[in-house]
Amino acid sequence: MPAKAVPKAKQVPERQRRITRGRDGDDMTEVGDGTDADDWTQTKTLVKPEDQLDLNDLELKEEFTRILTANNPHAPQNIVRYSFKERQYKHTSSVDQLAVHFALDGNMLHKDSDEARRQRQKMGLSDAADGDVPLASAQPSEQALNEGAEEKAAAEAAQGEDSGEKGELGEGEAGAGTPLPKEGAASGGKKLTNQFNYSERASQTYNNPYRDRTTATEPPPRASFSSNATQWEIYDAYTEDFEKQEKTKEKKVVPGRKEEEKTRKKLAITETSGDDISRVGTAAKIVERMVNQNTFDDIAQDFKYYEDTSDEYREMEGTILPLWRFSYEKAKKLAVTSLCWNPTYKDLFAASYGSYDFMKQGNGLIVFYTLKNPSFPESAYETDSGVMCLDIHPDHPYQVAAGFYDGSVAVFNTVERKDGPVHRCTAKNGKHTDPVWQVRWQKDDADNNMNFFSVSSDGRVVHWTIVKNEMIFQDVIQLTLSDGPAEGPDGIKVPTTGCGTAFDFHKQKDYLFLVGTEEGKVHVCSKAYTSHFIDTMDAHNMAVYKVAWNHYHPKIFCTCSADWNVKIWENGGKPTDNAEPTSKKPLFCFDLNNSVGDVAWAPYSSTVFAAVTADGKVYVYDLNINKYEPLCEQMVAQKKKTKLTHIEFNPTYPIIIVGDDRGNVTSLKLSPNLRKIPKEKKGQPAMDTAQRLEFENTKLTKILSMVREQPDVTK
Amino acid sequence: MEATEEKKEPDTKRVHTYPLIRHSDMNDEMKTEAMELCVTACEKFANNNENAAKMIKDTMDKKFGASWHAVVGEGYGFEITHEVKNLLYMFFGGNVAICVWKCS
Repeated sequence: MPAKAVPKAKQVPERQRRITRGRDGDDMTEVGDGTDADDWTQTKTLVKPEDQLDLNDLELKEEFTRILTANNPHAPQNIVRYSFKERQYKHTSSVDQLAVHFALDGNMLHKDSDEARRQRQKMGLSDAADGDVPLASAQPSEQALNEGAEEKAAAEAAQGEDSGEKGELGEGEAGAGTPLPKEGAASGGKKLTNQFNYSERASQTYNNPYRDRTTATEPPPRASFSSNATQWEIYDAYTEDFEKQEKTKEKKVVPGRKEEEKTRKKLAITETSGDDISRVGTAAKIVERMVNQNTFDDIAQDFKYYEDTSDEYREMEGTILPLWRFSYEKAKKLAVTSLCWNPTYKDLFAASYGSYDFMKQGNGLIVFYTLKNPSFPESAYETDSGVMCLDIHPDHPYQVAAGFYDGSVAVFNTVERKDGPVHRCTAKNGKHTDPVWQVRWQKDDADNNMNFFSVSSDGRVVHWTIVKNEMIFQDVIQLTLSDGPAEGPDGIKVPTTGCGTAFDFHKQKDYLFLVGTEEGKVHVCSKAYTSHFIDTMDAHNMAVYKVAWNHYHPKIFCTCSADWNVKIWENGGKPTDNAEPTSKKPLFCFDLNNSVGDVAWAPYSSTVFAAVTADGKVYVYDLNINKYEPLCEQMVAQKKKTKLTHIEFNPTYPIIIVGDDRGNVTSLKLSPNLRKIPKEKKGQPAMDTAQRLEFENTKLTKILSMVREQPDVTK
Repeated sequence: MEATEEKKEPDTKRVHTYPLIRHSDMNDEMKTEAMELCVTACEKFANNNENAAKMIKDTMDKKFGASWHAVVGEGYGFEITHEVKNLLYMFFGGNVAICVWKCS
């Protein structure tokens, strides 16, 4: 193999060179090791090899960068071998990358081996003396290297004597584990250092003295008992007990049922007792009403019996007498936005609370008051938005429809749910985009579904039907913007904008209704036409606050507005003759010197109506008595700046309720002059409803005929 | 006449042997347990009141803590002091009165 020999020969000097270099390194590390081992117990003493170069700081700081790679840089890459098979020289790719940098044969000997014995003899040591050192090894060649370590060991020995005990303890281990080969001969008497040098320290903490503490619990309670045990007593006891058992047996002829009943009763008792407050609820309510009756006894007496006697002496005037005032803590800062009497319970009415101030919108309330308890409402619903209107269903007095400032409408069921609405529309199903100003229940439809209408500033009149658990909406009319003059060659003025503020349905004709708008117009509409008004009139100069059909006369209605006026109109006087302005002119016009919040026809007469104004006054008119002046003009509000917002006649009692913008509802009694009804002629039975209706109609017609003729006369 | 009397006789002289609690202020659980214990003891030692009383006392000591006292007999008067809720005075077998109480 001549080819292989070549590289090997090359490698040899290389290896030698490395060994020498390695030794230098070894020297250094060995010294280092020696110090490191004891470095945690002793101060570090640097031992320099004699041949170490003295370098100044700059030289010491100089860095020599060395990179170690796995590849042998000296390995040849172009080894060529002769292939006898192919008879030519061939390039071999496999190169031996192994380079031995340092090799050192072990210098440990087993002490029983021949070599060790020979060595010992050579150094003149006996076997016995060497007993302590289990492994002795030395090579003359290594002595020079270990010189530093020896010195170190000597220093340690001096210290080791101080802690002799420890040294001896650790000797066995140290001897076995010492990485440094010791020179047996030189260090025979020396203590070996213990690398795991440690000390034990003990101390006694202070023991707390013991202290006795005793206490005595109360002895268990005792009782004494005495009796006399005799045969006759025992016998008596038995017979007595037996008799008792017999009796109970007799009772238990139908034991099952009775026991069941008992348990049932017990259960019932426990059930009711579980809800204490509800159990006393009815009783508490009665007591509360009794207390109120006592407190407001004088008012109750007035309500029932007081009649203003001065009425007898004056024909043209009347008075109203304030009765109870209803207020509710939570409604203090809200305005009464609508009032509605309950059709079934004549003493019960509902009031809705909200705010008319655009800047001060907040929550709302629906409150039910009864005349029997003026101090606290019967029930109340709180809502997140101001309630602007409500209406109680005429046939289902527990159903209340309400319209909110946020444009939604809701239906409350006062029996089923005490906490919130049963239905409430959302933006998804037909909610108005502006405040809802009025809602009104309608007769149940053909499928007996309850339904109601709502009107809002967004110009829509919406018909809501409650079908099972949802409210279905249908736009009845859209008070759209359109160019008035262009529309009608026949002169009908189409409204330029539509912001519905009020509406009312005809008492007899189901389809007919009126809509008042913010622009002061009143449209006569039909449910049948969604985009067409039967008639339109420029009723007011400012927003119409209320339109109301007369209870008796089918063509008469009144309107009130922010322009201080209350006007009475006749519908469809001459519907075909549109050029004639009579239908556009009111029959009566009353200027109340302030914004009129609400107007209402009296239920007992066709000619009586009442209005409330923003300066806190109530006006009551009877056209039959005075066509120009009110019979009664009375300040009702408590404070000067309080505005009255709404008024409502009680359907049976001669009282009205008036709401203001501070959350108060005042009930007032009408004096006899304000509620004149036809006197019953002696010997004749009282008029039935038909007769009454006719009478009222003729009464009003008579007045109207006088008014109607007037403009013609003037013309 | 005689026949009717004879018929009445067994009825009136009927012997009741069931355990009858005459007086007790124990809670129900303890009461039933103590009563059952007395019944077993008296049935076991029908002719030895001393043993019956001993059995009752020992068992009660084990079950409800030390210092119980028991008296079993056909005729005796007594006046005792007992810890509240730890007294049972009962009749059994028609002629035996048993009084069990605790007092330390």
